[in-house]
Formats: sequence, C-alpha cells, structure tokens
Amino acid sequence: MPVVLAELRRGAYADSAILMQLQRSLQELPGVRDAAVLMGTPANLELLQQAGLWTAEAAKARADDLVIVVQAETETVARSALSQIDELRRRRSSREAGHYRPRSLETALRTFPEARFASISVPGAYAADLTREALAAGLHVFLYSDNVPLSDEVELKKLSASRGQLLMGPDCGTSILGGVGLGFANRVRRGSIGLIGASGTGLQALSCMIDALGAGVSQAIGSGGRDLHEAVGGVTTRQAMRLLAEDPDTGVLVLVSKPPARRLAGHLIGLAASIAKPVVIDFLGFPPPAPRLGNIHFASTLEEAARRAVELSGNRDEGINDPLPPGQFAPPQRWLRGLFAGGTLALEILPMLRALIGEVDSNLEAEPSSLTGDGHRIVDLGSDEFTAGRLHPMLDQTLRIRGLLQEADDPGVAVILLDVVLGDGAHPDPAAELAPAVARAKQRAREAGRNLEVVVLVIGAKQDPQGRDRQVARLEKAEARVEASPAAAALLAARFVKASGETPQQEMPPVDRTPFQGPPAIVNLGLESFYESLIDQGAAAIQVDWRPPAGGDQRLSALLRKMK
Amino acid sequence: MSRIDDANRDAVDRMIEARPRLVGLDAAIQAIPGMRENLLLHAGPPITWQNASGPLRGAVIGALLLEGLASDARQAEEIMLRGEVDLEPCHHHQSVGPMAGVISASMMVYVVENQTHGNRAFSNLNEGYGKVLRYGAYSSEVMERLRWMNQEMGPSLAEALGAGDPLDLRALLAEALHMGDEGHNRLKAGSLLMLRHLAPRLAKTCQDAVRLERILEFIGANPLSSLNPVMAACKSMADAAHGIEESTLVTAMARNGTQFGIRVSGLGDAWFEAPCELPKGLYFPGFSAQDANPDIGDSTITETAGIGGFAMAAAPAIVTFVSGTPRDAHDTTLEMYEITAAEHRHFTIPALDFRGTPTGIDIRQVVEKQITPRINTGIAHREAGIGQIGAGLVRPPAVIFEEALLAYAERYDVG
Repeated sequence: MPVVLAELRRGAYADSAILMQLQRSLQELPGVRDAAVLMGTPANLELLQQAGLWTAEAAKARADDLVIVVQAETETVARSALSQIDELRRRRSSREAGHYRPRSLETALRTFPEARFASISVPGAYAADLTREALAAGLHVFLYSDNVPLSDEVELKKLSASRGQLLMGPDCGTSILGGVGLGFANRVRRGSIGLIGASGTGLQALSCMIDALGAGVSQAIGSGGRDLHEAVGGVTTRQAMRLLAEDPDTGVLVLVSKPPARRLAGHLIGLAASIAKPVVIDFLGFPPPAPRLGNIHFASTLEEAARRAVELSGNRDEGINDPLPPGQFAPPQRWLRGLFAGGTLALEILPMLRALIGEVDSNLEAEPSSLTGDGHRIVDLGSDEFTAGRLHPMLDQTLRIRGLLQEADDPGVAVILLDVVLGDGAHPDPAAELAPAVARAKQRAREAGRNLEVVVLVIGAKQDPQGRDRQVARLEKAEARVEASPAAAALLAARFVKASGETPQQEMPPVDRTPFQGPPAIVNLGLESFYESLIDQGAAAIQVDWRPPAGGDQRLSALLRKMK
Repeated sequence: MSRIDDANRDAVDRMIEARPRLVGLDAAIQAIPGMRENLLLHAGPPITWQNASGPLRGAVIGALLLEGLASDARQAEEIMLRGEVDLEPCHHHQSVGPMAGVISASMMVYVVENQTHGNRAFSNLNEGYGKVLRYGAYSSEVMERLRWMNQEMGPSLAEALGAGDPLDLRALLAEALHMGDEGHNRLKAGSLLMLRHLAPRLAKTCQDAVRLERILEFIGANPLSSLNPVMAACKSMADAAHGIEESTLVTAMARNGTQFGIRVSGLGDAWFEAPCELPKGLYFPGFSAQDANPDIGDSTITETAGIGGFAMAAAPAIVTFVSGTPRDAHDTTLEMYEITAAEHRHFTIPALDFRGTPTGIDIRQVVEKQITPRINTGIAHREAGIGQIGAGLVRPPAVIFEEALLAYAERYDVG
C-alpha cells in the first residue's frame, strides 16, 4: 500500500519551472512512485486531488505556500525523499555549466573575432573546403589533415600566397608560433633561431636539440610535407623565409626538409642568399655544394644544423652578406653567363650556381648542353673545342674578350662571370686587356639602357709577377666586382641574378608579422587534444564542434556546395 | 555574397524591418480573408478530420458547438465526417493560432498590421491556462468562457483599441525580452505590458464596471494574454519575408498535432511535412510522456521570426522545463546563430551583451550542420478535453528541411 506524505512551506515562493525540476528529481528517487512540488493555488490543489496525491496536510495549503507531496512504497522512503528536497535543489544549482562550442568557423569567428589562425585537423576529404573558408576569413592556417589532393593544395597555396596568408600544410605536423606549439610540438625555450621545415618530426628534433644546446626558437613554421614538391613550388617555405627575414626576434634561420625539387632548391637557396641573416640549410640527402656560401651554411644532419644555428645565434654579424651595389636591371635581364679559362674553377662553381639559381647549362659535362640561346650558362674556354689551333685563354684573351662583348650585347644577360688566373707562365698582365674590355662591355650595355654586372674571380698570390693587388685594382677601376674564392664569386653572381627579373614569385605580398608576435589566437577545428594543449600553453583558442556537412550525406553536401 | 545570400539578406531584412502593430479586433468572418460560415481554421499544415489528433478534434467539436452548427459532440463528429464543414490551415488565411489553433467565423480575432509593408495577420483571443479549447477541451465552462470572450471582452477590447494609437507589438516584444520573456512560453512581461496599454483605454471606453473588472482581471491573471497578438505579429513579419525569389529562409513552421510542416520563402505555398515528434519536457503531477500528444500549434511562428526558443538566453527562468540551467538557455540561443541568416536589430538579449536574436532560419545551414530549430512549447494531452499537461522543448524533424532543400534544387535547377 503506497504512502502519501506532504510538507508545507509557508510563503516560500519559487518559480514553477524550478519546482517542476525538483519534482522530477524527487520522482527519480528509488521507491518513489510519484511526487508533486508546487505552489498551493486552488488549481494546483485540484491537480493533486486528481493525481491521487491528496493529503490532509496539503488541504491546509494557501496560494503562497510551497507544497511538496511524495507518494512512495513505504513511509520511510517517503520521509527520506521529503528530507532530501533542499539537497536536491542545491545539487541542481551547483551542476557544472557546459560551455557552448560553435559548430562552424563562421559562428566561432562571430564570438571570437580576434582569432588570426585556424588549426584544422578534420578528415582530409573535408579539409580543403574548410581551409578555403578559413583563408577567405583572413586567417593563417595550420593544416594538420593529410590526404588532401595535390591539386587542391596547389590551388589553396596560390590563394594563400596571393592574400599574404600563411598556409602551413596540408600534412603539417608541427609549428611553434609566438611560443605556442600547434599540432605535435615540444616545449622548447624561446630564442632567436627561426625554423622552417617541411618535416614535422624534423622540426621537433631540431627544436629539441637547439633547446638542449641552451639556445631557443623564435618561430617554427611547418610548411607541409609537399610544400617543396615541384607543383606546389615551396610557396609556404618562401613566405616563411621572408617572414623570418623581417622578424626582429629571429637572428638565424634554419631550413630543413627532404630534398626539394632541383629547380626549387635553387630558388630557396637563392632566396636565402638575399636574406641579411645567417641561414642554415639542411636538405636531407641533398649534397651540399659547399659547406658555406656567404650567409648560407649547409648542414647534412639535423644535429649539425642545430649546432651551426646555435653557434651563429651567438654571433649574428658573422657571415652576413655585404649589401649589393646599387643598380637596377632592365626587365628582360635575367641570365648569368660565365666565360672561364680555368676548367676546374668552372667545375667547382657550377654546382654552387645550380644550388643558388637552378638550371645552368655548360660544356663541362659528358653531354654538353646547348651553348646558345636563353638560359644561365658556364663555358670553359680552355676545353679542346676552343683551344684547337690557338693558345689557351690563360695566355690569349682574344676569345674571352670577344665573348664578353657578345654577351654584353645580349639584352637577356644580367651578369657575366670571369676568372683570371695569375702566376708564372700565365699572361703577363691580363687586367691590362680585360679591364678595358669590361669597361667597354658595361658601357655598351649602359648605352642600350641596361645595367650589366661583371664578376671576376681572381686566383693569384700577392707575390705573383703580375702583382695580384695591381690586377684587382685595375679590374675594380673598370667596375668589375672582384672576388677571391669560387664560393664568393658564385654567391655574388647569383645574388645579382636574384636581384634581376628572375624570380617573379617574389611578387607575393608579404605576410603580416603582427599575429605571430605574441601567443596566437586560434580557432581549432578537429582534434580536441590540439585544442586542450593550446589552452594548456596559454594560447587564446576556441574549439569548433566540427562535424561533416549534412551528416556526411554525399548528395546533400554536393548540393549545399553549389548553393553557397 | 552569392545570389542566395543576397535573396536571404533581402528576406531577413524585410522580416526584421516589419513593424507589426495591433490595430484592432473584429469577428473572424469580417476580418480574415476567405473566412466563411462553414470553415474552421486550424494550426499547422493541412489535415483532414480523419487524421486529426485528439486535441484538434476536441477543438473542432468545441468550435462547432460555439457556432451553433452542432448541438453535441456526436453531431459535431458526424458533420465533420460528412465533410459539411471544411478544415483549412490558419496559415492559408494570414492567421495563426496556438495549439489546436481553431478559429471559427464568429470568434473575435486580433488584427495586426505590419506598418512597414502593409500586410495584416490575425490570431484568436487567449483563454488562459487549464481546460481550454486550444487544448481540445469543450466542456460547458469552456464554452461559457468563449462566449463571454466573444460577446463581451472582445468587443470591449475592440472599442478600447479604437480609442487610441495602435499597440506597437515590435516595441512591446523588444521590451519584454529585456524583462525575462522569450516570447513563446514565457510572456509574463509582454502580457503585463499589453495590459498596461489597454487598461486606461478600457477605463475610458467601457462603461460597465463589472465587465471592466472582469476583463482586467482576466487579462492580468493570464500570463499568456499577449501570446496570440505576438504570434500574429510574428506571422506578419514572416509573411513580409515570404515569396522572395531564391531565398532559402523558413517563413512558416507549424504543427497540426500529426504533421510538422515548414514553408520556405523562395518555394511558394508548398509545405514540407513529416510526423511531429513528442516534446521533451516536464509534466504536471499525475502526467507523463505517455499522455502527451505529438507537438501541436502555430506558435512556432515565434521561432520563425527570431524569438521563442531562439531567444532563450533572454529568459533563463524557463530553462528548467527541460532540466536545464541558465547556461543551457545561453547555449540554446548561441546554437541558433548557427542556422540563421542575421541577428535581429530590434530584439536584443541583455545577457549576450545586447546581441540581436538569431533570425531567419536558413534551410542550407540546418541541413549542413544538422541542427534543427529549438522550439519552446506547451504539451497537450493526447485526448481531447484534458488540456495542458506540461511544457518543454521540441525540434522539427530534420527530414523536412532536407526535402525542402531538394525541392529548392529542383525548382532552381541547382546541380
């Protein structure tokens, strides 16, 4: 036989919604069959009668009294239930409040308009659309997702580059921005070494080694596994290099990746040469053309790269290239032409040039390339086809001077690279013939409205009969740029090439540094653990409760895409 | 902005800039276009007597009794079975009615005019809580109250409203949202504001002190007094946004107790329907979900116009209907921003730093995010005549938005 017990609380008004809630809590107690918590209005008392919850106690209620009625299996249960009413009410109010998670980037940005980055880790099939949306919203994107089609990546990076936004990824495992790690990253000290890498684990290893050596990282920018693919063209890497080149907190850059496409390696190393900071490059498995080319230091292991970067960060001025002499090239000028007397010198310089500026034709290899037409070109005038029936160019410069003037008349040529080898047995005074020829070549170019640079590699000892200093002085008087080592000559020639119209990609608008300076403000779409780690690191972040559009229904989502 | 976005912008601007004002009251047959003696209007999309649920059947019987077309319930049922009286949706006649939403020829209705675009909308008078026609009750006390409302209160209100400026319902709602109402389940503040407008005019025009006292008492005691004019106001706002070519915004959501239907601005008069779901909520003592009728009523016009469930953050006091917390109310409104085209310029929420309410449901967003509108509702007993047994939250079936999207694709040659 069930028991009905009631309790009256005089003048205890509470909102009916709260009362209904309490009533439900009572009804959920074990052994309770029904319960009512209501104000004692006539209508409510009538309800109690109809519901079989009527008691003598309830009959005494007035409209401003709180009435609590419990129908239970036993009196003990009913009394226990009545005694719990205050506890139930307290428990309800202290229940933890959930935080709303927006369901889309758009609504996230409406509540978090200060966001400047999107971190995207949704399944690859949805990543491109979401990235497009994030770029359109003006955000830099850290795109962890993989399985993004290459064609989408190419298109997205064209878009990000044209808008001055950084697209780190797809398939980007790691970045450290403003001291906050995105994706998988290590808690390394902040410092002056800026890292750029197409390899996430490479960046992680490098940053940890730098930390262990007592130095720190300014920014680590992941570019995505395929950024240095020929089709993608290293867009992110190039943007990141320029970003860090301008970043006052970055003293040394380190570039680490799997070997890039060959032409691209030329672009990147050439770009590095134009940066007024030391750059350490480790293209894993890519044979370094030299341990060092001016400000560029080649490493062949991550550890070597880390050590070199840390050394350089302690001595920033070392190895910074002198500024280029002023001089504007005309638009069609872009080619380098080398006219060498010393075959070995040409052979040593050739890979350096290729590393710096990409493809270079020459007659130095087993299958010589064409020696006419457009293109960078190194010609060894000491090889047999040129010396048949005449003296070696170390003795007779007629052929070289004719070549020099010919190249000077080619409107596509920006830089001419020559070597002069002094010493016993060589030409008694090469500068006496060469310097006027250089002056004439430059003059003819100038008359045609062009600026022509002539770089001369002079190999000689101070005591040589020709007098090395005298030779150099004479050449410099003719405004030739004289260097004493193949690496320095190659670097200078390459920098002139870079300064000419050779790299249209540089027209990309620069990436604004501001959002990278402090802890970044990030919208995280995808893996919740990434969001939690951002919050844990003190970043301002918002988590989007992202789900596949239309619940994954292909037909509907295809329609929706057309109805944007 | 795409063409669809442009169309939606146009539609939602019309919805927001509509300025509904209560201009008067009149008998349905006089006021409502197409109203006739042998016609009953009802809530939701079209339905036949055979498919009608308990509360709707009860309300139809009550209306036939009220009109003197039947003398008892059995006769009323026979009339309906023989098809002597037609059933048509309120929505087909610029009208809306809560719950069963039955309006008959002689009933007094509120006349609301949208000053901005000139269109009108109509709704019946609210009977209060308890045993009422809109929940399918037709006992003699129900009939008596309805007669009094039609013969005494209605004409007096009409006279009073004629004695002064119209009541600006958009301004009333804007103020009520700042006083803890959300405009659908909670209209305590709005009803008092309406009473405040009517009382001095009634005092001026109503000579009969006994009648005056009863009217003031009746309106003042009913926290839902303003629900019906507010619904008509929302209808006039939604209608202003209807018929915009290419727009994907929802301009009507309504339930007849059997089917849930929506209309879309750019898709003409078509209804997209599916069976109603049961509301989730709390029940009055002695009742449970087993007693509940599937969702019913035109009051979802409030959510259509950007208030009601969409303005939950303004009304933290009512969230416990679904065992929620004020935080949940906040989150409900935030969620509705996901599927709406704009933030209202006149209806704002103090707790959200006066952000506008989410307005203009976009079927694209509903389908893409799989978020259906949140609706605050009363729960009717499944049998006619018992009345309200609880209140809670409900969502429309997702499939009707998908069907509308597919129909849109066909109509506008998408894909």
